[in-house]
Amino acid sequence: MGFLARVYVTPKAAVLDPAGKAVASSLKTLGYGEVDEVRLGKYVEVRLQADGLGAAETRVREMCQRLLANEVIEEFRFDVEVDGQ
Amino acid sequence: MKWGVVLFPGSNDDRDTLYAIGDVLGHAVEPLWHGDADLKGADAVVLPGGFAYGDYLRCGALARFAAVMEPLKRFAADGGPVLGTCNGFQILCEAGLLPGALVRNRSLRFICRRERIRVESTATAFSCLALAGSSLEIPVKHGEGCYVASDSTLAELERERRVVFRYADGAPNGALHDIAGVANRAGNVVGLMPHPEHAVDPLLGSTDGQVLFRSAAKWLTSAERKAG
Repeated sequence: MGFLARVYVTPKAAVLDPAGKAVASSLKTLGYGEVDEVRLGKYVEVRLQADGLGAAETRVREMCQRLLANEVIEEFRFDVEVDGQ
Repeated sequence: MKWGVVLFPGSNDDRDTLYAIGDVLGHAVEPLWHGDADLKGADAVVLPGGFAYGDYLRCGALARFAAVMEPLKRFAADGGPVLGTCNGFQILCEAGLLPGALVRNRSLRFICRRERIRVESTATAFSCLALAGSSLEIPVKHGEGCYVASDSTLAELERERRVVFRYADGAPNGALHDIAGVANRAGNVVGLMPHPEHAVDPLLGSTDGQVLFRSAAKWLTSAERKAG
């Protein structure tokens, strides 16, 4: 059956994120003085076939580890649901 | 000796590298296609700069799945000299042949200028003819050349003297420990952000890049001697 995985990849806390800093400073310029920090990452949608939710999650985790994220510099998290499309 | 220069879709320093090795240094060299399953008998291989596979997802992330990377990994494991410049360095890191990763320059700006880099280790295939502690003038041109690695990896690199080149005047890109280039443990795989192939001809203002390529020739001769 079909599943939809939503994968979020973000820079690790210890890794510099100059692009996030630039966005944070732009938000402050716009008057959002309450902004403490912005971290810029990636959002990936993967539609896949699997026998069940657990199997889909196992495959998506592997995809993250092998390609979608580089664990030297990034962290990932994801959620998987039955694809309603 | 014979060199191979890998062409990925999106490589753009391949011609300059072929020119540097073939026309300037007079070594035998031929292009290797990313889809090839072998290295055509090359004794040393260069992964040139550019934007392989558009640098989609991350710099070098997709190039590591090219067919040519399988024979290249075996070649590297057997001690064959492999040099990655700029995008080639990023690919070697993504492929796990070198530790760490390269991220966006701290300034967020693309940097294109000549840099002085200090030779920190001469125990590698691409620095064995250089003078330890000497400075080389070699250009950089990149947007994502900020070298990062975990604290433990950095400590290991320093302890094992695997930082091969360091920016002599401070890293222009924010690289940790001012790292411009690193090597694997055996010293046969080296990656650096600066472009030695752009510093081989007096017309270009510096010939300091030549020593990297000449070193590989010497390294191979000594390796043969050891094996013999």
